[in-house]
Amino acid sequence: MLALFVLAPLAIVVILNILRFDFIKKIACWFGVVATLAQVGFVLFVPMEKLASKSVSFAKYFAFNLTVDSLSKLMLLTIGIVVFAAILIGQFTYSDDTKRFNFLNLMMLALAGMNGIVMVSDIFSLYVFIEIVAVASFILISTYKDKLALESTFKYIVLSIGATVFIMLSIAIFMLLSGSTSFASISSMSKSYAGSPLIIIAVCLFISGTFTKGGLVPFHGWLPDAHSSAPSSISILLSGVVIKVTGIYPLIRILNLTGGGGETVKDILLVIGALSIVVGALASLGQNDMKRMLAFSSVSQMGYIVLSLGTGTALGIAGAVFHILNHAIFKSQLFANAAAVEKQAGTRDMNKLGGLASRMPLTGGTSIVAMLSISGIPPLSGFWSKLLIILALWQSAHYTYAFIAVVASVITLAYFLMLQRKVFFGKLAEGLENIKEAKAGLVLPAIILALLTIFIGIFFPVIYNKLILPIQSILK
Amino acid sequence: MSLIIGLLVILIISALMVIFSTRLLMSAISLAVTSIIVTLLMFKLNSPLAAVFELSICAGLITVIFITTISFVKPVTEEELIITLKKRLKKYIALPVILVIVGLVTSFLLKPMVLALPPVLQETNVANTLWNLRQVDILGQAIILLVGVFGIVVLFREGQNK
Repeated sequence: MLALFVLAPLAIVVILNILRFDFIKKIACWFGVVATLAQVGFVLFVPMEKLASKSVSFAKYFAFNLTVDSLSKLMLLTIGIVVFAAILIGQFTYSDDTKRFNFLNLMMLALAGMNGIVMVSDIFSLYVFIEIVAVASFILISTYKDKLALESTFKYIVLSIGATVFIMLSIAIFMLLSGSTSFASISSMSKSYAGSPLIIIAVCLFISGTFTKGGLVPFHGWLPDAHSSAPSSISILLSGVVIKVTGIYPLIRILNLTGGGGETVKDILLVIGALSIVVGALASLGQNDMKRMLAFSSVSQMGYIVLSLGTGTALGIAGAVFHILNHAIFKSQLFANAAAVEKQAGTRDMNKLGGLASRMPLTGGTSIVAMLSISGIPPLSGFWSKLLIILALWQSAHYTYAFIAVVASVITLAYFLMLQRKVFFGKLAEGLENIKEAKAGLVLPAIILALLTIFIGIFFPVIYNKLILPIQSILK
Repeated sequence: MSLIIGLLVILIISALMVIFSTRLLMSAISLAVTSIIVTLLMFKLNSPLAAVFELSICAGLITVIFITTISFVKPVTEEELIITLKKRLKKYIALPVILVIVGLVTSFLLKPMVLALPPVLQETNVANTLWNLRQVDILGQAIILLVGVFGIVVLFREGQNK
C-alpha cells in the first residue's frame, strides 16, 4: 500500500488528463489539495507498519520494494505540508486556467517523485526519482518563459548535470564494491571495507552532488536566480522541500549507510555548512528583491542543517532533521507572504514597498511569526531546532562552529528585521494608498503555516518525542 | 586489456569532438559514436543487456531525435563557424591534457587498492530484470517521460496557442 504515495499522484494526473474539460481545469488544483491533505493525514494518523503490511488487490502486480522508516515518515509529512501550501498559492496566483492545470500536473508528478525518493531502498532508484524532481523543477521554474527564468533554468540544468555526474560516479563505485545498489548491500559492504579510501571517495562524490542539489556554497549558483525568477508557488516548492528532498535527504541516507564516511567527510560537512551559513546570511543582507533575499536565506539555513550533520552525533542528526521540518514550514510561509505582497503591490522590490502592515495585517502578522522563528527566537519552532544544532556542536567540541552558528543567527534576525522595516513597517509607500489585504486563498496557507510554527514551538516535547526521537533508532 | 584501452582512447576522442565540433550535426554523430564505443565496452565487460539498451536508445533513438531537431535549425555561416571554433579552442585547449593527467593520477592512486570485489548480479532474463528487479526504476522512468511531455506542453504549446 506504500506504493499509493507514488501511484495516487500519478493516477490524479492520468484521470485529470482524460477528463480534460474546462470545468476540470478550473478545479484541478483542489484534487492536489485533497491528495496532499490525505498524505499528511495518513502519515500522522495511520501507523506506517500497518500501511506497509496492508496489501491492495492490484499490489501483486507491483514489487516496488518501497520502505518507510521514521526518517521517511517525517519527510513524507514535510512534503505533504509544503506541496499543499504551494498548490493553494498556485490556485490563486495563476490567472490562466491552462497554465494552472499544467502547473498542477507537474506538481503531482514532482510529488510522486519526492515521495519515491524518501521511500526507495536502492541507491540507483534514488537517483532515478531525484531526476524526476529535477526535470519537473526545470519546467516549473521556466513557466513564464521570461529571460531571467530561462537563464536561471539553464544554470540549474548545467549545475544539475554536474551533480548527476558526481552521483553516478559514486553509485558506480558503490556497485563495484558491493555488487549491488541496494541500501542493505551498501550498508554491509561499508562495514567490511570500513576506512577504505574508495568508500571515502564515493561518499565525497555523492555529497558533492547533493550539495549542488541542496544549494550549498560553493555549489549554490543556481539557487537565488531560480528561486527568485520562478512563480511564487514554485519558489515555495523549491525552497520548502525540493532542496531538502533532493539535497539533504540523500545525504543523510548515504551517511547513515556508510557509517558517516569517516572524519574527512565530517570535516567537509562542517566547513561547507559553516561557509553556507555565513555566505548565505551576508548575501541576504545586500538584497532588495524580497524573494531573492529569501532564497539566499535558504542557502544559509541549509548550512545549519549540513553543519549539524557534520557533528555525526545522534543529537546533531536530530537537530538537522528537525530543522528540515521547521525550515520547510516557515520558509514556505515567507514565500507565501512574498506572493501576497507581489500580487497586491505588483512589485517585490523592497525599496518600493513600505507600511504594508496596516493595509495587509494578516500577511504582515504571519510574516513576523516566520521571521522570529527563522531567527531562532523562543518559543517558536526555529528556536528549538537551532538550539539542538548548537548543543550538538558544543557537545562534540566544535566550539568555533557553534559560535559561527550563533552569530549567523543574529545576522538572520538583522536581515529579516530589515525586510520587515522596508516592507511592512514605516510610512506607506507612494502609489500603494489603495492596497488591500490579499485574497483569502493567498492568506490562508500563510495562516496555517504560521499556526504550525507556533504549534511546533509550544508542543516541542511532544513533536520531538513522536517524530524526531524515533529517527535515532535508524542511525547506525 | 589492450582492446579496452584502445576503445577508451577512441571514446575520449569522440567525446571531445562532441564538445569541440562547431557543427551540430557533427556533434550529434560524435555523440552516437561515443555511445557505440560505450556499447562495445559494455559487451566486453559482460553486460550485454546494458549494451543493448545503450545501443538502441542512446546511439539509436536519441541520435534520430537530435538529427531531426537539427534539420529544423538554421545553419550558421562559414565565418561564424571559424570564429566559434577559435574561441572554443582557446577556452578548452587544456581540457584533453587535464583529462589525461587526471586519468593517470587516478589510476596511479587506485593501483595499490587491490580489493576482493564481490561478483555483480548477473541476470540474463530481460523480463525478470525489468519487471522484478528494477520495477521501481521503470515506474520512475515512466514518470520522467510524463514530466517531459508536460515540459513540451508548457514550454512550446502554451506559447503557440497565444
